[in-house]
Amino acid sequence: MQEWIRFLEVNSPRILELTIEHTMLVALAIIVALLIGVPLGIYLTTNEYLAGIVLQVASIILTIPSIALFGVMIPLFSLINQGIGYVPAFVALVLYSQLPIIRNTYTAIKNVNPEMRDAAIGVGMKTHQRLLRVEIPNALPVIMAGIRTAVVLNIGIGTIAAYIGAGGLGVLITQGIGRGDNYLIISGSLAVALLALFADGILLMIQKRYTRSNA
Amino acid sequence: MNTKKFIGYSVRFMIYALVIFFFIWAIQNQYFNYIFSQSSTFLVLLRQHIEIVLVSSLIAVAIALPAGILITRPRFRKAEWFVSMIVNFGQSIPSLAVLALMMSILGIGFKTAVFALFIYSILPIFRNTVAGINSIDPNMVDAAKGMGMKPSQILFRIELPNAAYSILAGVRTAVVLNIGTAALAYVIGGGGLGVWIFTGIQLFDNGYLISGAVPVTLMAVLADFLLRRLENIVVPKGSRRSVET
Amino acid sequence: MIKFDHVTKSYEGGINAVKDVNFTVEKGNIVVLLGPSGCGKTTLLRMVNRLESITKGTINVNGQNSMELNEIDLRKKIGYVIQSNGLFPNMTIEDNVMIVPDLLGWSKKEKRERFYSLMGLIGLNADDYRKRYPNELSGGQQQRIGVARALAADPPVMLMDEPFGALDPIIREKIQDEFLHIQREVKKTILFVSHDIDEAIKMADKIVLMRGGEIMQFDTPSEMLAHPKNDFVSQFFGKDRAIKSLSLHTVKKLQDIIGLVEFDETIQDTKTINVNQDLRNTLSMLMNQEADQVIVTDDNGRQLGAITIDLVQKYLHFEIKGKPSVAQKG
Repeated sequence: MQEWIRFLEVNSPRILELTIEHTMLVALAIIVALLIGVPLGIYLTTNEYLAGIVLQVASIILTIPSIALFGVMIPLFSLINQGIGYVPAFVALVLYSQLPIIRNTYTAIKNVNPEMRDAAIGVGMKTHQRLLRVEIPNALPVIMAGIRTAVVLNIGIGTIAAYIGAGGLGVLITQGIGRGDNYLIISGSLAVALLALFADGILLMIQKRYTRSNA
Repeated sequence: MNTKKFIGYSVRFMIYALVIFFFIWAIQNQYFNYIFSQSSTFLVLLRQHIEIVLVSSLIAVAIALPAGILITRPRFRKAEWFVSMIVNFGQSIPSLAVLALMMSILGIGFKTAVFALFIYSILPIFRNTVAGINSIDPNMVDAAKGMGMKPSQILFRIELPNAAYSILAGVRTAVVLNIGTAALAYVIGGGGLGVWIFTGIQLFDNGYLISGAVPVTLMAVLADFLLRRLENIVVPKGSRRSVET
Repeated sequence: MIKFDHVTKSYEGGINAVKDVNFTVEKGNIVVLLGPSGCGKTTLLRMVNRLESITKGTINVNGQNSMELNEIDLRKKIGYVIQSNGLFPNMTIEDNVMIVPDLLGWSKKEKRERFYSLMGLIGLNADDYRKRYPNELSGGQQQRIGVARALAADPPVMLMDEPFGALDPIIREKIQDEFLHIQREVKKTILFVSHDIDEAIKMADKIVLMRGGEIMQFDTPSEMLAHPKNDFVSQFFGKDRAIKSLSLHTVKKLQDIIGLVEFDETIQDTKTINVNQDLRNTLSMLMNQEADQVIVTDDNGRQLGAITIDLVQKYLHFEIKGKPSVAQKG
């Protein structure tokens, strides 16, 4: 216990700093993923052919192991001198988030009660009004569930990004492995797990607070 | 052909083209050369990789499936929330952390890697087994009971066949996850194709990167595809339904 | 035969779900347990095959105390049909129907023969359905299969828990008719739970009307409609119970008691009705047409005379309301 207290005394500023770094990487990736995934998911509800293809590709991307995806992306990004570091990690996280976000958006909008949609058309709403006022609000709980999946996924994958120099809490674990230092390993692992649970909890709260769950 | 179809086909074509271009580019730059010039090393690493995945997955199924069945029996139902809580917490620990933690307990090496992957893949299999059994319509079980089926008959003839889809999806998730995590086994001295990927990162050697990463990727995609096929063969026709992983 | 003898079911905390119930389902009869939700009717039914435990009293199934039998053996001897049919989606229709014979260890040949005869009984083509799965069938077809499954091992006793409750009204009536037709052939001893008054009147030889775990009245449908024992019974069947009771009487009965009128040839567009039709259908036919009479024919299409609203009213008054009753406040 004593040793733990001493360890935390020395390292807590660094742990906090890495936690923030980790959070920023994941948050930024999720925001970009949302900007791509939600409009794409909505568009896919109007194009069945494309929906099949996009969802299939997204699900294949999700099966690619993260370290292997980094391994493939580093040579590609080194073409533009961004081989090691933040950029490939960021792009990988955006890619991994696509399946949960696109799929949930797509199915949620698809599953909006057709009578509700008819009613919206019946009262004279234009397509974009219908989308913003009826379909998206009703699909929101499911979309939020997709975002939660993506966030938890990315917090985990983000640790591996430490190996390609993208920073974050993975640094504690990789250093711990390198030095055989259990304090670093355990504190890093716990911090990541708690960050994931905390993020999931907060998003769940937001989801419950601002949406009426009909999913 | 209408516009929507046209967009669909062009996107599909573009994706094929991208994949083909990637391979042409990699081959032109001789990034796959290590696979042939060091083929004996490659085969050793590949075998290690497959062994880690197979052994850990098989043990995980052998433990997680009976555990999932047990926890859904009336006698143990009360403990379900508690076990599920632990499983959910466990699943939020990243795979790298599990490897590292196991290393701190068991030391480095192949066995540690197998053990860590085994622990990690218990979670999805257990969770899907419980979810699959819990999703069965209680009326169906009631009907089975009312017709005079014994608990064991209900389990093997009703519950397991109808939960098979969900259980197999859990196994698939675990195996695909394990293929990826096995690539991290290198960092705790467990071997596998991760050796080349990490060597490539450390030496900035695209050849090692591609020669390690592409086979791992193909292995994961192939395993996913084959296990999906298996699901369609094994699962009774009437009880197939889409289960999200 | 199912005999309930001082049957009581109480939960922890002293709540009685079923209180001191006594009645007998005679061999070959259908007894309908009727009552508002939460009255204990389903609990009572499930006590027969011991899906619910019995706190006090005994239930005899075919002369044997159900508690003295192994519960698995007991259940194999009792057909069981539930509302959401409970078909097993992982099994083909044939496997579903033959599940109890399979549990009993019948041979493949016996099972196959039984399947074909059962499918004939419920009016579905065995070859068409054998290899199909429950989710490929409509609700009505699934429910028929559910009935066939309960009949499979030819159990003398059947329990049916709102078996047709989930079907839409038109299909429900059709399947009720089919089931009564089958019952005439197989003559099972049936305990049937329903919350639908019309269904109870139609299906039952006797009705058990329950409230709060207690029997309010145990009688034949016509007795119950004509002579409700207390306020609850008369209110439960409602003010139109006289009209409801018409479905228990045929045109033939009216003809025998008060006779038909002469068919008036000057009236145009008159419909015809079979003499074996019930009076409720006849009345609705009379209400829904311009002409004030309906021609009555026998099975050979021969005209026997005509029936009018006046006649039905007269019959109603004479036959149903005319008898003195204990409480007639409804």
